[in-house]
Amino acid sequence: MAELAAFAAFFAAYAFTRANHVEEFNLAQRALNRDAGAFNTLLLLSASACVVRAVQGALAGRARAAAPWMLAAILCGLAFLGVKGVEYAAAFAQGITLSSSTFHMFYLSLTFFHFMHVILGLVILTALWFGLRAGRYGPRNMNGLESGAAYWHMVDLVWLILFPLVYVIH
Amino acid sequence: MSSTEYPDLPPVAADAHGSARGTWLLWAGLMLATVLTWRLGEGSGGLLLAAIVLGIAFVKGAVVALEFMALRHAPALWRNLSVGWLVLVCTLVGIAYWKGLA
Repeated sequence: MAELAAFAAFFAAYAFTRANHVEEFNLAQRALNRDAGAFNTLLLLSASACVVRAVQGALAGRARAAAPWMLAAILCGLAFLGVKGVEYAAAFAQGITLSSSTFHMFYLSLTFFHFMHVILGLVILTALWFGLRAGRYGPRNMNGLESGAAYWHMVDLVWLILFPLVYVIH
Repeated sequence: MSSTEYPDLPPVAADAHGSARGTWLLWAGLMLATVLTWRLGEGSGGLLLAAIVLGIAFVKGAVVALEFMALRHAPALWRNLSVGWLVLVCTLVGIAYWKGLA
């Protein structure tokens, strides 16, 4: 919940700062790669669905058979990092930095804060993948799996607001 | 038995995390909603677009929290916190957008 509170404050700060710099924000937002942002949303949602399938498998007593779903989620998450990395590389190649404009300060810090959460989420999913492969989870031992899965869904939830806020609404 | 097992706890309800079919139906809906948001972003903007896009984001977030996180089956506190977070964020963003129009 602490992370959600931090992101809520960040989102509000972005939105109310934008209210005083509408033209500047709209202009800078237009230069963002909205296709990449939308594709990344599809990747995170797909990862979340795969995590749910892995949890369902463990709950049904088939942890080892469910492990590939967790691997699929990890691959979707890695693809997200790859797409975001390409976006960052393009921005840096254009000379965009935190101090380029108020919009870019928010864009880079907000998305990088989220990027770090995706990395931590992937570390957790990898640990869960090993646990599933070892058959560690089952109907009577779901706590660790459910908690780790919930963290990943939280990372997804934050992006579901971040994408329309930063890439779409203008 | 592994050291992380809790033998005193009742097993998690078999349907607590939904079914495979339900999950993929929700996933398909979320993907369609994302494509809709994507296309709406190419429009000229405005209050209506912001309201629709925020509304879609709220519904998508609620699906992830209540269904994927399975908070629908969790104690009311967790359910209210997650949906409350969505209400708070979408309301603040909506008010800020409105303020920017003035």
